[in-house]
Amino acid sequence: MDVKHLLLAASLFVAAAGARAADGAALKAGVFEPARAAPDFTLQGSDGAPLQLRRYRGKVVLLGFGFTSCQAVCPVTLGTLAAARKKLGARADDVQVVYVTVDPERDDAARMKQYLSSFDPRFIGATGSEDQLAAVRKAYGIAAEKVAGPDGSYTHSSFVYLIDRAGKLRALMPYGHAPDDYVHDVGILLASP
Amino acid sequence: MTTVRRHWLAGGLSAAVLVPLGWAALAPLRFDSREEVFEIPKGTYARRMAGDKVEILPSTIRLALGVHDVLLLRNLDDVPQQFGPTVMMPGQSFRLPFEVASDYQFACTAHASGQMTIVVEPEPSSPWARLRWRAARLWKAIA
Repeated sequence: MDVKHLLLAASLFVAAAGARAADGAALKAGVFEPARAAPDFTLQGSDGAPLQLRRYRGKVVLLGFGFTSCQAVCPVTLGTLAAARKKLGARADDVQVVYVTVDPERDDAARMKQYLSSFDPRFIGATGSEDQLAAVRKAYGIAAEKVAGPDGSYTHSSFVYLIDRAGKLRALMPYGHAPDDYVHDVGILLASP
Repeated sequence: MTTVRRHWLAGGLSAAVLVPLGWAALAPLRFDSREEVFEIPKGTYARRMAGDKVEILPSTIRLALGVHDVLLLRNLDDVPQQFGPTVMMPGQSFRLPFEVASDYQFACTAHASGQMTIVVEPEPSSPWARLRWRAARLWKAIA
């Protein structure tokens, strides 16, 4: 075997080992095995354009569910995601946060844009009809229920899905994790092919 | 019965109780796996359709750091299932590790309360904590 072939074999070995290490590294989030394609949807984006997940193929998508009037869970989750994007630095260009409302009565595109921009102007919101949103929630196993009372609050699932560059639903990050945990996991997903 | 024989009997009974308790309190906890596994068996959907009330996940799951701190859910059925907090495809598993002791609430439509709670306790490192942990595991195995 000549030197050229040896170098080629060595570089292939290093590349394969790197890919294996990236895949095998333990995520902080809960991991699905095997990963399935993230259910796509067509909703109205807070940027005014139709929003489909496939728009972000090639990026890591952090997909959450909530509503703009939420006083407890959503501000914490969105603040955490914004902090994680800051920590990621230039790598944040390959990360997209998508937040789907569970409150279509109040959350139109303009309201979502204003609300999400207060955390990070790159975040994008998604809204739609009650039926459209219910179908998306069902596909992802999201629970959301309106609480009886004058303020029209909701209880809802508070975790965030991690979708890889290929559009696969890879993991679920429970509520309460620190920005560093997102940085850790997103770093692994960004390094995966 | 003579006094001496009564003393021997009492001593034997005490030892029979205290030695296992001492072992349960002092012996280090060892497990083959840190995973707490719950599975949806094949045929669950069909059983539910036939009217059986099938409960797989309890509404509260107790874990402990360093001992059992990974929740592993598996869907062995032939159809997608809402399992705990999420939807799982046939043959899919979901492995969720915990690193911080706390109570974790998940909205979950599979439970009547609409919630599933995972209680993650600190590592049972003191004798009392080990004793409590072993007693809870024994109780769970018997019940």
